[in-house]
Amino acid sequence: MQFGLSESQEFLKDSARKFFAGECPSAEVRRLMETDTAYDADLWSKLTEQGYTGIIFPEEYGGVGLGKVELMLLMEEAGRALLPGPFFSTVVLAGSVLDAVATRAHKKQYLAPICRGEVRATVALVEDSANWDLKSIEMNATNGKLTGEKFFVPDATIADFLIVVARDGVFVVNSKARGLKISPMHGMDLTRKLCVVEFSDTPAEKIAVNSGLSRAFDIATAALAAELVGGMQRTLDITVEYAKTRKQFGKPIGMFQAVQHQCADMYLETESSRSAVYYAGWALEENSPDASTAVSIAKMYASDAARTVGNRGIQIHGGMGFTWENDVHLYYRRAKASETAFGDATFHRERIASTVIDSATISAKSA
Amino acid sequence: MDLNLTAEELAFRDELRSWLASHVPKDWDAWREKPIEESFPYLRSWQRKLQEGRWAAVSWPKEYGGRSATLMQQAIFWEEMARVEAPPMANSLGLGLIGPTIIACGTEAQKKRYIPKILSAEEIWCQGFSEPNAGSDLAGLQTEARLDGDHYIVNGQKVWTSYGWVGDWCELVVRTDATAAKHKGLTVLLVDMKSSGVEVHPLRQMTGESEFNELFFRDVRVPAENILGKVNDGWNVAMSTLMYERGSYGARLHLIFKRYITRLIELARTTDRNGRPAAKDPLIRQKLAQCSAEIEIMRFNQMRAFSRITATGVPGPEGSIQKIFWSELNQRLQQIAQEILGSYGQLLGGDPHAIDKGLWSYAYLRTRGNTIEAGTSEVQRNIIGHFVLGLPRSY
Repeated sequence: MQFGLSESQEFLKDSARKFFAGECPSAEVRRLMETDTAYDADLWSKLTEQGYTGIIFPEEYGGVGLGKVELMLLMEEAGRALLPGPFFSTVVLAGSVLDAVATRAHKKQYLAPICRGEVRATVALVEDSANWDLKSIEMNATNGKLTGEKFFVPDATIADFLIVVARDGVFVVNSKARGLKISPMHGMDLTRKLCVVEFSDTPAEKIAVNSGLSRAFDIATAALAAELVGGMQRTLDITVEYAKTRKQFGKPIGMFQAVQHQCADMYLETESSRSAVYYAGWALEENSPDASTAVSIAKMYASDAARTVGNRGIQIHGGMGFTWENDVHLYYRRAKASETAFGDATFHRERIASTVIDSATISAKSA
Repeated sequence: MDLNLTAEELAFRDELRSWLASHVPKDWDAWREKPIEESFPYLRSWQRKLQEGRWAAVSWPKEYGGRSATLMQQAIFWEEMARVEAPPMANSLGLGLIGPTIIACGTEAQKKRYIPKILSAEEIWCQGFSEPNAGSDLAGLQTEARLDGDHYIVNGQKVWTSYGWVGDWCELVVRTDATAAKHKGLTVLLVDMKSSGVEVHPLRQMTGESEFNELFFRDVRVPAENILGKVNDGWNVAMSTLMYERGSYGARLHLIFKRYITRLIELARTTDRNGRPAAKDPLIRQKLAQCSAEIEIMRFNQMRAFSRITATGVPGPEGSIQKIFWSELNQRLQQIAQEILGSYGQLLGGDPHAIDKGLWSYAYLRTRGNTIEAGTSEVQRNIIGHFVLGLPRSY
C-alpha cells in the first residue's frame, strides 16, 4: 500500500504549480476577475497545450487519459493559483458529464472539441430551489424543447454550449439557440461567474438519460474539493509568511501561541482535507464501492475546513487581512462559492448519514 | 498512489490472520472487566504465545526476535489485532517503546541482558519520564543521579508511570549535570524496580481507577553500566523513545473508533429522543455523519503519514497531526454518545440501568486524558508551529 504520489504524479503536480505560477499570477487573477467572463483566450490555449483540457478523457477524443488522482492534483494546483474562468465548468463539469453519459458520436461531437481547447461549455443543473439533489430537478423537455430556469450555472456567458440536466434526460443546448437568455448572478467569487439561464421553448438535443450522471457529479464534486485544498494551502502559506514577518510588541506575531496554534490548526485542516481528497480521487479511479461516500467525506470536510482556514487566515492578518489588496479574501470568496456548489457540508453529511445510519435504504437514496 | 495491499503485505496479513484464528483467546471478554492486577498473568501468557509465533514485536529486527516488518505491515498487525479483539500484551511499553530504544542505543551486553525478557514478558518495563514539575517541559526534570564510584545515586519523583505497580525495570530519565543547559544534562538509566529506595504508589485518576503510578526514588543505587546511550545524552535517547510512541500503534485506533461509532449508531436507532429514534433526529444524524467521516479521515491521514515515513525513513513532526486528530475526535465522539444517551449517559458501570455496563460514562471521562497524555494538544500545536511551519519558538 502506498498513499503517496508516484513520481509521475509528483511531476504533474509540480509542473502544474510552475505553470500556474507563471501564467496565472495574482495580478492576472485580479485583472481577469474584473472582466465579465474571467476568460482569457491566450491562457486557454496555454492550458490546452499543457493537455489540461483533456486530462482525464480518453485519447480517442484527444484527451490525455490520466486518472482521477491526477485530476485532483491538477485541480489542487489550479485552486492554489485561484485559476479564473471556465476551466472547471468546461473540462471538469461538462467534460465529465459527456464522458460518463454520451454516446461515442456525441463524445466526438462535444467532448473532443473540449479536449482540443476549441470550445467552452458548462452544465445547467440546479433550479431556483438551489437544491443539489438530482431528484429535485423539475425542468422537463416538451417536444425536444426546454422551458424554465436554471440557477447558479457557472460561466454560462462564455460557454459555446450548455449541457442541461432535466427530469427526462441530459440535453445539449447551443448558446446561440432560440429562446435562451443568460444573465449574470453577482456572486461573492469574482473569479468564477455564475449565471441564471432562462429557456423558453429552446431547442435542445437529448444526448442521454439521467443514469450515470451521479458518477460525473461525484468527479466534479471531488475536483471542487481538491481546488479548495489548493486554496487552503495558499491561504496557509500567505498567513504563515505574514506571521513570520509582521511584528508587534517587538516580536513576530507568529511567536505568540494564540497566533501559532491557529496556524497549526490551519495546517491540520488543510492536510486532512488533502488526505480525504486524494482518497476520493483514488476511490473514483478504482470504482471502489465507497467512492460516493468518499467524495461526500472529502467535500464535507473541505467545505468546512476552507471556510475555517479562511477565517483564521484573515484574523491572523489583522487589519491587513480586511483589505482588498490582500489576496486572502479572494480565496475566502471562492471558498464560499465552492462550499455550497454540489452540496454544502450539511448536504453531504446527510448523504453520509443515509449510508452509515440507514444503510438499509441506501439503494433507494443513491441519486 | 496505490492503496491496494502489495503481495508481501497480503502474505503478511494472511499469515497473521490464520495464526490469530487458531491462537487468539476466546475468553478475553470475561477477563477484560476484571481489575488488571487479576488479569495480568493472563496478559503475560498471551504475550508469550504471540512470541512463540514471533508476533510479539513484529517491528523489531529479525536478529532480535522480530520480523523486521515495514511500517505498513506494522499497521496491518495492529489492525488485525483490533479486528479479532485480541487482548493487549502485558509488556506493551517494553515492546513498543523501550525495547526499540535499547536496540537503537544500547550496548551489546544490554541487548543480550534485556531484550529476550522483554519479548517473553518475563520482565515488565515502565517509563520514568514525567515529574510533578516537568510535564510538557520534560527537559526541566529534576530527578538527580550523582555518581558515587561505579554507581549512581538517584533521588527524585516520577508521575504518570504506566505499569509502575508491576514493573520490573524502568527506563528512567535523570539529571546528571545540573550545571549544563537543561537538555544537555540528562541521562537515561535502566533501573531495577526492586532496588532499595524505590517506592511505587497508585495515582488515582478522575475515572476512579489507577492506570498510572507515582514513583519515588530515595538514594537508589544504580550500577553505572546501566546507562542507556551516553552520559548527558539522555534527551536524544528519550526523544527516540517518544518517536516510537507516535508510530504504527495508531493504526488500530481506526477499528476501535469504528466499533464505537457502529455501536453508537445502533444505540441511536433504539434510543428514543423527543418522541422518535435518535437516529432520525437531523442534528444527531449530522453529528454521527461528521464523526464517521472524521474516523475515515484519521485513517487516510495515517496511511499518508506511513507512506511518507516509509519514503523518508524518519517519522517527522507531522505525527503531531495524528495525535491532535485522534484525541480530539475521541472527545467529540464521546460527547455525541452522551447526547444520544441523555440522562443514561452518566450512569456508571455498577448501576443496573447503565448502558453497555457503563462503557460510555467511563469513556467520556477517560477521553479528557487523551488531549493531555503523550504530549498535550498545546505541545503538539507548538511542534507543528515551530518544526513544520517554521514559526519562531513560542516558549
